[in-house]
Amino acid sequence: MDFQIALLLGQDGLTNGAIYALLALALVLVFAVTRVIFIPQGEFVAYGALTLAMLQAGKLPATLWMIAALGAAIVVIDGAIAIRHGAARRLPRIVLSNLGVPLALLLIVPNINAAGLPLIAQIALTLAVVVPLGPMIYRLAYQPIAEAPVLILLIVSVAVHVVLIGLGLLFFGAEGTRTPAFTDGTLDLGVTMLQYQTLWILAISAVLIVALYAFFGRTLYGKALRATALNRTGARLMGISTTMAGKLSFTLAAMIGTFSGILISPITTLYYDSGFLIGLKGFVGAIIGGLASYPVAAAGALLVGFLESYSSFYASAYKEVIVFTLIIPVLLWRSLTSHHSEEEE
Amino acid sequence: MRRLTLPLFVALLALVPVVLPSSAEFYVTLLNYIGLYALVALGLVLLTGVGGLTSFGQAAFVGVGAYTTAWLTTAFGWNPWLTLVIAFAATTLVALALGFITLRMGGHYLPLGTIAWGISLYFLFGNIESFGGHTGLGGIPPVSLFGMELKSGREFYYLIWIALMLGVVATQNLLDSRDGRAIRALKGGVVMAEAMGVNTAWYKIVIFTIAAQFACVSGWLYAHLQRFVNPTPFSLTQGIEYLFMAVIGGVGHVWGALLGAGLITILKQWLQDLLPKLLGQSGNFEVIVFGLVMIFVLHRARDGLWPVIMQRIERFLPSGGDSRQVEPAEALPRRDRPVGGDTILEVQQVTKRFGGLTANNSVSFTVRAGEVMALIGPNGAGKSTMFNCISGVNPPTEGEVRFLGQRVDRLLSREIARRGMSRTFQHVRLLPTMSVLDNVAIGAHLRGSRHFVHASCRLDRDEERRLRAEAAKQIERVGLAEHMFDAAGSLPLGKQRIVEIARALAADPCLLLLDEPAAGLRYLEKQSLAELLRKLRSEGIGILLVEHDMDFVMGLADRIVVMEFGEKLAEGLPKQIQEDPKVLQAYLGGVE
Amino acid sequence: MNASDARPVLLEAKDLSVAYGKVEALHKVSLTIREGEIVTVIGPNGAGKTTLLSCLMGLLPGQGEVSYVGRSLGNDFEVEERVGLGLTLVPEKRELFSDMSVEDNLLLGAFDRYRRGDRDFATTMNEVYGIFPRLRERASQMAGTLSGGERQMLAMGRALMAKPKLLMLDEPSLGLAPLIIREIFRIVSGLREMGVSVLLVEQNARAALQVADFGYVLETGEISLEGPSKELANDPRVIEAYLGLGGKH
Repeated sequence: MDFQIALLLGQDGLTNGAIYALLALALVLVFAVTRVIFIPQGEFVAYGALTLAMLQAGKLPATLWMIAALGAAIVVIDGAIAIRHGAARRLPRIVLSNLGVPLALLLIVPNINAAGLPLIAQIALTLAVVVPLGPMIYRLAYQPIAEAPVLILLIVSVAVHVVLIGLGLLFFGAEGTRTPAFTDGTLDLGVTMLQYQTLWILAISAVLIVALYAFFGRTLYGKALRATALNRTGARLMGISTTMAGKLSFTLAAMIGTFSGILISPITTLYYDSGFLIGLKGFVGAIIGGLASYPVAAAGALLVGFLESYSSFYASAYKEVIVFTLIIPVLLWRSLTSHHSEEEE
Repeated sequence: MRRLTLPLFVALLALVPVVLPSSAEFYVTLLNYIGLYALVALGLVLLTGVGGLTSFGQAAFVGVGAYTTAWLTTAFGWNPWLTLVIAFAATTLVALALGFITLRMGGHYLPLGTIAWGISLYFLFGNIESFGGHTGLGGIPPVSLFGMELKSGREFYYLIWIALMLGVVATQNLLDSRDGRAIRALKGGVVMAEAMGVNTAWYKIVIFTIAAQFACVSGWLYAHLQRFVNPTPFSLTQGIEYLFMAVIGGVGHVWGALLGAGLITILKQWLQDLLPKLLGQSGNFEVIVFGLVMIFVLHRARDGLWPVIMQRIERFLPSGGDSRQVEPAEALPRRDRPVGGDTILEVQQVTKRFGGLTANNSVSFTVRAGEVMALIGPNGAGKSTMFNCISGVNPPTEGEVRFLGQRVDRLLSREIARRGMSRTFQHVRLLPTMSVLDNVAIGAHLRGSRHFVHASCRLDRDEERRLRAEAAKQIERVGLAEHMFDAAGSLPLGKQRIVEIARALAADPCLLLLDEPAAGLRYLEKQSLAELLRKLRSEGIGILLVEHDMDFVMGLADRIVVMEFGEKLAEGLPKQIQEDPKVLQAYLGGVE
Repeated sequence: MNASDARPVLLEAKDLSVAYGKVEALHKVSLTIREGEIVTVIGPNGAGKTTLLSCLMGLLPGQGEVSYVGRSLGNDFEVEERVGLGLTLVPEKRELFSDMSVEDNLLLGAFDRYRRGDRDFATTMNEVYGIFPRLRERASQMAGTLSGGERQMLAMGRALMAKPKLLMLDEPSLGLAPLIIREIFRIVSGLREMGVSVLLVEQNARAALQVADFGYVLETGEISLEGPSKELANDPRVIEAYLGLGGKH
């Protein structure tokens, strides 16, 4: 390998690593707040990219029907609960908060030429369509069993993943897509060429990470999420509801996932099931951070990116094997260094 | 009637290939697959339902079994029975290594590790050239049994279902044994089991390995049934499906594995026909339904369908009289006990800090054989913390604990238990769904030595009878004979505390640590508890007691240590303590 | 008739029972708390005191009636809603956010107010620091590094940040040294002037009866005695309920 290639691979590794880092942060966040190991995190990557691609192709994204259906399901369930408790007056609010956005989008999107909109508007639309899936999935799949053991929540996560994969195939078909780059072209740095899209990915990842950091460190809602992660009972006694914290963390995770998909779809062809492996690589990073430390998780995810990129050069066929086998020494290292209390579950 | 169910079921199974017409080959194939899947799901019952751990990577173990035999039989012409042994050994090694790495961590690292392992093994199968890459390996020879080649699905059917039934019986035997009780304690009883001398980490590795071995056998069978392997059936998706089978069927019951495997396999067949027509596209859409069913089951019937069905059957077909009994058996040997009056426990300047809090500050006292030493003090004085320091559940920050002359403050609780110290817990730690007898028998864990291999072949029966007889003896001794077979969780809290004492006694201890044994008891029950403790004392057992009921303590204890704010406030005879003004102050409190 | 009877009732529980499975931990307990009053529930370990507070706070479902400022609080009133109504609980375990600073812990005490759009908690923060000057000194320190007494102060300060009408304290003296207990009780007795009613659950009977206006003795899940605290303090039955040292021997 010469220096040129090493640089090129490093650039690849850094780009992918940045995405994995974002996903790793989301996974740590969701786990800390809700104890859910969010296996479907990767599906948001695929859903985000493919929804954007559908919008750009001038089609009505099928994900839009999905949020409408999930919203309706929540209205039925929450409505029944409200009526049983004699609180029918809450019904209008329940309908508005769960079906408002889906119905508005269903009215707007078919009547505008989404394909002709500027990219930034298309991205905003994609976020509006895909991100609500996060809190909706939390409401339907996790909230009813929020107090269940981690293991049960994990199995639910796998079930949700499987459902989303099946629906992904139904919505987007088996074909892969790429979306156009935010900015075409490359930047000549003399020693190497840098695609503008790479710069976008790095810059936006950095901005998102800083924004998350500020959210947790500076805002009361961010602190409330941390408080729930640290001490659930303590947080409830402050009026921070577990449900609110769960929905908020799932919203953030969905946003990060969707954005990651939008960022990488110009440089990688994404299929309906591509998100899973991408998400799992974020997971390897998150596990390096013990599902607890944000900075270590991000660093671990970058490591995964580099490892993947260099191993694809030396042993391309064994790329995935190498990346996922990395988890074994990592777990060994963590099991030798961390003391964990036996009676967690 | 109920007793006939199993033989009937087996007879029915045996008849299937004979009765089915040749036009119904499809059903034989279906049943073959159900058997293969059920064998894998059975391992998950042991791992997930009983042990509270899980794996999404079982399909990879199936792959290890299948590829090992496929490669060795086709490339080197080895005998399939030999490759079964090799595959078994390879699986065992891999499972032990993986288990050793991941099981030391919190429960969720194992499943995550198995996801990663499932994916990497799948890609490995697909990329190794001698394994035929993604196209796979063909021409695998059939298995011969007693000189007969099992070539047709109907012939192979017997091999599969015999393997499965052997697996079911072995699993049931295992669960009903000394190791089985230890395994059942893994889910929610780790601290208790360790305090009773159970090496819980080892048992986690054991069940993970057994589950992998079941999967491996299923893979070996699969390879010789299909006579062809490629990576697809060993992917993570299939691994997830195995877990779905176990959970939907009923992950806590061996028959749940069969039920789940049957349901999912049949449902899959049906949905694979129906859904593409319905949706107008081809693809694996059945996973959407499986996932949704799975979420629904976990929300509404977390124990799966088997218990739901059994409840219904129970209503029409009551199980009749209770036939459970304890057979008489030779008593277990007892340990040498110290002479009455000898000091058996020395606590020397023990300090325990949690962060900035000092829960125990330089506390010292001793307990002698044949005496009741009471540790009293207001709430939050640090008494339970002291108990945890002594018994190794939560070792002290500073200071020394000597038991029978040896330092034990750096030992694990199970090692201390082995030396003859046994304890109860302030917050009752019983396994609520297990019978009182089984709970108490866990206390006698260290007095047995037969393990899971013996148990699955029923070579442990003699020892098991002795363990059960010992447990029954202790239950009778504490006066709970009529509750022997009741679920421990169904007893009132006060009686559960007494069960804890029986469990501690089953270990044949020379020092007994009792944390609030009289709480929640009625007056007469307290009287008989005091009587029991006096009797134990007269046998030379040393008793260290934490208790709030002052009548109880003052009437029973030989000596008393009073703690307040983590420090020793006073020590002496009951009479002296009752008259100590500092003690009165500590109990009623006061601000001048 | 007592002078305090003229005050409006803040919280009233009638025949409140709580069971854990089959085991009843609280049996038909009735109590009344009036505005600006300190009421104490004393009793030995395991009498059901913590269960009572958990039920009033909505952490545990119970049977019976609880009315608060005239409205009935059913089991479907979640903890978070009760916080919004002005009920707060300082639990026995304190439940602090140990990896967050003292100041962040206090801020989170005002989360419910923030959520409703009340942004004026700098004033409350100053008041809390006024009551607990030690917390101001430790503002940037992690809560997990505080001493036992400081933790209790932080837990109380955090609860006060919500501007509660009723502050429920579960064993504030638990595991604390006498000097600090004295300080805590001095502060509790000062809360009356701030217009906060207090429900004080204590094992430390003498200290509790000294600051309280009215007291209840809880024994094995039932109220065995009640009365103005001055009378209870001198009742020999209180000593007996507690110590078992009294009559029987």
